[in-house]
Amino acid sequence: MVPEAEFTSYYGRPVVKESPWQADIPAYLFTGGLAGASSLLAAGAGATGRSTLARNSRVGALAAIGASTFFLIHDLGKPSRFLNMMRVFRPTSPMSMGTWLLAAYGPLTGLAAAHEIVGALPVGTRKVLPSVFTRALQATGRPAGWGAALVGPAVATYTAVLIGDTATPTWHDASGQLPFVFAGSAATAAGGLGMLTTPVPQSGPARRMAVGGVIAEQLAQAWMTRSMGLSVQTLHEDRAGTLLRLATVLSTAGGIGVVLAGAVSRKPRGATGAQLLSAVSGTALMAASACTRFGIFHAGQASARDPRYTVVPQRERVDAGHPVRSDRTPPGGG
Amino acid sequence: MSSHSLFGPLDPAVDAGWEQAPGRKGFLTDTSVCIGCKACEVACKEWNAIPSDLGDGITGESYDNTSALGANTWRHVAFVEQSTPPAPAAPPAVDLGMPTLRAPDADAKPEFRWLMSSDVCKHCTHAACLDVCPTGSLFRTEFGTVVVQDDICNGCGYCVPACPYGVIERRAEAPGDKTKNAGIAQKCTLCYDRISDGDLPACAKACPTESIMFGDVDELRERGQQRVAELQEQGVTGARMYGDDPHDGVGGTGAMFLLLDEPEVYGMPPDPVVTTRDLPRMWKRAGLAAAGLAAGAALSLLGGS
Repeated sequence: MVPEAEFTSYYGRPVVKESPWQADIPAYLFTGGLAGASSLLAAGAGATGRSTLARNSRVGALAAIGASTFFLIHDLGKPSRFLNMMRVFRPTSPMSMGTWLLAAYGPLTGLAAAHEIVGALPVGTRKVLPSVFTRALQATGRPAGWGAALVGPAVATYTAVLIGDTATPTWHDASGQLPFVFAGSAATAAGGLGMLTTPVPQSGPARRMAVGGVIAEQLAQAWMTRSMGLSVQTLHEDRAGTLLRLATVLSTAGGIGVVLAGAVSRKPRGATGAQLLSAVSGTALMAASACTRFGIFHAGQASARDPRYTVVPQRERVDAGHPVRSDRTPPGGG
Repeated sequence: MSSHSLFGPLDPAVDAGWEQAPGRKGFLTDTSVCIGCKACEVACKEWNAIPSDLGDGITGESYDNTSALGANTWRHVAFVEQSTPPAPAAPPAVDLGMPTLRAPDADAKPEFRWLMSSDVCKHCTHAACLDVCPTGSLFRTEFGTVVVQDDICNGCGYCVPACPYGVIERRAEAPGDKTKNAGIAQKCTLCYDRISDGDLPACAKACPTESIMFGDVDELRERGQQRVAELQEQGVTGARMYGDDPHDGVGGTGAMFLLLDEPEVYGMPPDPVVTTRDLPRMWKRAGLAAAGLAAGAALSLLGGS
């Protein structure tokens, strides 16, 4: 336990303001990751002839990015002015960059998913659709899927920059490692979705992606917690602590489930058991990813509410004689 | 964009593309002469038609019931009651055993001082709120100040956690009536309307002790530094400038302060840094992570089923 640092504040009031964001934003972080990594998984599955996994992941990506867009708009103070986001292109604003990423990614994902959905329709139903439409989808669906896979990883990781680029102590302190945590978390979620929706014989890549995601996320979190400084405390306390512990339990359980599902599926008459295990652990892994995003979100909010996390590190810098300055490089560089 | 666009000394109006900018305008708030009358808070509310904000009601925190800067408080007067001010660094008196008229502690009063300071948006050289605004609602005026365009802001709220001083805030809808600009970000405009017409900002105009001074930032900086030297000479050892250094974490501020104690005593951060200073590194890391994710996805294709 770190000893409580002495510090001065104005009646214990916060120095920085916590974001006005509600559950929409952590939900946005989760669904964005789920969508982006699902597009990757879909492209890989499609290229290796796993058509069911490809279809489910593409449709899943569309559903997730649809939800994501809803959350983003719903959280605005003036939702009717959402399109004002398209007035500017501003590299210093991760939210601006994210909007443009979504503007590229959303339609690509939509085309890729529509292509899959129309392809899955019974031939009779398909004939009802205008042939221009089906032909257009035939022509664009596949390249759109590759396009979505190209933009997807950026959609999954830019959200780490979105929250890192703030004066919220926990988020800013974690910003160097958060993209890796979010990338792992996105892989966990997309792998989980593939396991939940796709028969075990085709969902091998989903299982491997999920396990890889869990491992990457745990490693990145360990790196993150070691480099954060004082604000790391907020990851262990209160609501954030509970959520992040739950995330670890769920991803561990899900990871074990993945291995078991693979093993059971190789047994004679193991198919049903393996499918059930796969679905349950897939769900657990998606839940784990969501818990990680909500946990990190709430840790940041808590760090903004308590002036300790703003004042103490700054005071220590000043007292040590190296405040942040543009005419001097800090000790140790960077 | 110049090489200092994200960090370091800079003329913000010129960097924002203004040609023939009229020179940077700002505040110097000299807290050593603030009497805590709150005329600035009232004048600001009146001029800018800001809704009432009782915050936590009567707080019991000295005479302060507005508590902090926010959507409905663009000037905030802090009241700090200190029972033990930091002792001036004088050597302890040596008792020479001389006769005295009475015991030295006979009428000693408890040590007490009252610090008052009118806080306001800092109008940073590198304004994080402006950097992260995705709509272009927040913009840099020709005076080098930072202003929200009420008809553009869509209330994304990003500027709120971005500000290292906790100034800007999304205005909440008050129950019952229709609140002006509810749901959008609000803060001090440095009375853009008034100064565009050559008037003083409302707070500076109302200040009865000239604690709030308005003018050219360069001139105010010099005036503040002279005043600090004067106060130091008079034995006010805690006097210092805040925000006057173009090499600090936000590139210096347009609204500077003369404080009598550490900034955090007044609720201000002791070493604020514009978060976008680190943005290039964050984008690089996100790019690496995205590449890693793609590589991982490719690897997951290897193997059976």
